[in-house]
Amino acid sequence: MEHAVKTVHRKSSIKETRADRIFDIVNTLIMLFIVVIMLYPLYYTVIVSFSDPYKFLRGEIFLYIKGFTLDSYEYMISEELIWTGYLNSIINTVIGTLYALVLTIPCAYAMSRKNIKGKGAIMGYFVFTMYFGGGMIPGYILIRQLGMIDTRWALIIPAGMSVYNMIIARTFYQSNIPDELYEAAKIDGANEFSIFFKIVLPLSGAIIAVISLYVAVGHWNSYFSALIYLNDRNLYPLQMVLRAILVQSQQLKNIDPNSVTPDEMLEMMRKQMLAVTMKYALIIIASLPMLIIYPFVQKHFVKGVMIGALKG
Amino acid sequence: MSKNTKPKTSAYASSGTVRRANPFWKYMKEYYQIYLLMIPAIVFIAIFCYYPMYGAQIAFRDYKFKMGIWGSEWVGLKHFIRFVTGANFWQLFRNTLLISLYSLVAGFPVPILLAFLLNEMKNPTFKRTVQMLTYIPHFMSTVAVCGLILLFLKRDTGIFNQIAVMLGGEAKDFISDPKLFRTIYVFSGVWQGAGWGSIIYLAALSGVDSQIIEAARIDGANRIQKIWYIDLPCILPTIVILLILNCGSLLSVGYEKILLLQNELNMDTSDVISTYVYRLGILDAQYSFTTAIGLFNSVVNIIVLAVVNTAAKKLGDTSLW
Repeated sequence: MEHAVKTVHRKSSIKETRADRIFDIVNTLIMLFIVVIMLYPLYYTVIVSFSDPYKFLRGEIFLYIKGFTLDSYEYMISEELIWTGYLNSIINTVIGTLYALVLTIPCAYAMSRKNIKGKGAIMGYFVFTMYFGGGMIPGYILIRQLGMIDTRWALIIPAGMSVYNMIIARTFYQSNIPDELYEAAKIDGANEFSIFFKIVLPLSGAIIAVISLYVAVGHWNSYFSALIYLNDRNLYPLQMVLRAILVQSQQLKNIDPNSVTPDEMLEMMRKQMLAVTMKYALIIIASLPMLIIYPFVQKHFVKGVMIGALKG
Repeated sequence: MSKNTKPKTSAYASSGTVRRANPFWKYMKEYYQIYLLMIPAIVFIAIFCYYPMYGAQIAFRDYKFKMGIWGSEWVGLKHFIRFVTGANFWQLFRNTLLISLYSLVAGFPVPILLAFLLNEMKNPTFKRTVQMLTYIPHFMSTVAVCGLILLFLKRDTGIFNQIAVMLGGEAKDFISDPKLFRTIYVFSGVWQGAGWGSIIYLAALSGVDSQIIEAARIDGANRIQKIWYIDLPCILPTIVILLILNCGSLLSVGYEKILLLQNELNMDTSDVISTYVYRLGILDAQYSFTTAIGLFNSVVNIIVLAVVNTAAKKLGDTSLW
């Protein structure tokens, strides 16, 4: 809205010079170029995943799908590991997000209140951990001592709260809920718990959305804690399955060429070729949930960055 | 804390009267629930941030899992000395610093430029669409992006090699070339992060006073001049703050991505401090030695942050603290 007004205003008051018009054209071209660079790798991945593996191996696919086939997806979908990975990721993300909200939101609200004694010191206690930490190994030893190795909890419990998110939520409360509201509630005889649960929480929809999305995307995309804490493949989240197939190039059982009898040579060749294109399909399958929800949630993400920026 | 505590006989009762008179207890009675709301977070941070810091003292001991932190023998600076005088110290240090500096030099200005150009776009729909599309790579996981990089660079089927062959060049295993590793790492990072990184600058740019811009344009400033003389000074504080923060993590390159792209052939340039810690610490269980390395890393980071911050304070007015 604001931009539209500004544009109209500019046009009416000042005449466009020729230099300005050239600038606009160049700028638009640069923008289109950037969009192509950003999206072509993803577009390319999609068309390869739907194309015939032979055509792909011959290097024929650059701009559009050739020899449309769903074989890559069929092979991928029949792989059990993908589905346990999906399920594990969903479970971890849901529990992890709820847990993070329980830790972050009440604390952020409490830290947003004025005239709370010792608030500066408590804030220091939180902020210090943003700049300094014990490091990877002491954290690992702690998880071992807690007996969480090879359990789902090793991925969820230690990833509970990020101080950064807490500060974003605190800023939201500071700038969105007026102090008068608290005073009025107190005069009406409300205690602090009922202020938080009955008044503040119902007003927190926007910030809960922002924090949930940040945490959920973090959980969905993370692989490192699974790498160091899990040996049991049945607990692998999707990203670890991706890593096994894409990075370590592990053969999946229904793609394994050794399982094919010699007279099925042709079929074997085909499977070997599919082993490449299905990797493209796998990237699409794994990124799909994010890409589907993305258009609906991106404004919440941007809001989060904006609130964060407010605080500097 | 009941109100009808009467000053009757014992010391207990008299402490009751003191409490009632003490403003601290009166304050606590009104606000203790606020503190209760903070307790889960405080406990969490104590366990998962401060306890590991306390546990980092194994850097000064020969830690054995069975003996616990206190039971393990105290060895002073042995592990630090071993690391700093080790044969690969300078290589690790150099690799870490170069990847960071390279990322900073190539990656830091791009979101700023992108924000300026986006901000100059007149058609709001077009602008919003471009913005939305440039954020997409940010939402892909590190594993997916590294998977794409590896697939695209494959010797036989990767698109880069397909194009190279088409143009009459020779197919090559790009990812295994130590000379190319940093370039691959940095530019894939720019690709993934530039759009998202521009949001914060766009937010700052939307705060620029439109009257100043109007005045400048009446005085005949062209668009480049407008960006240079008005927009840039206005968002300079944001730029400086982010630059300071970036400098503060110069020695902590994200190991998640490097671990995925690393192979035996590109180790010469891809092995950085944090991947070394992972390899020796998690895989080889050399807990004390690698904790010492991690601690060294953290301390250097803090020192760099403090130095850069002080410099920024001296040169301009912007600083973190």
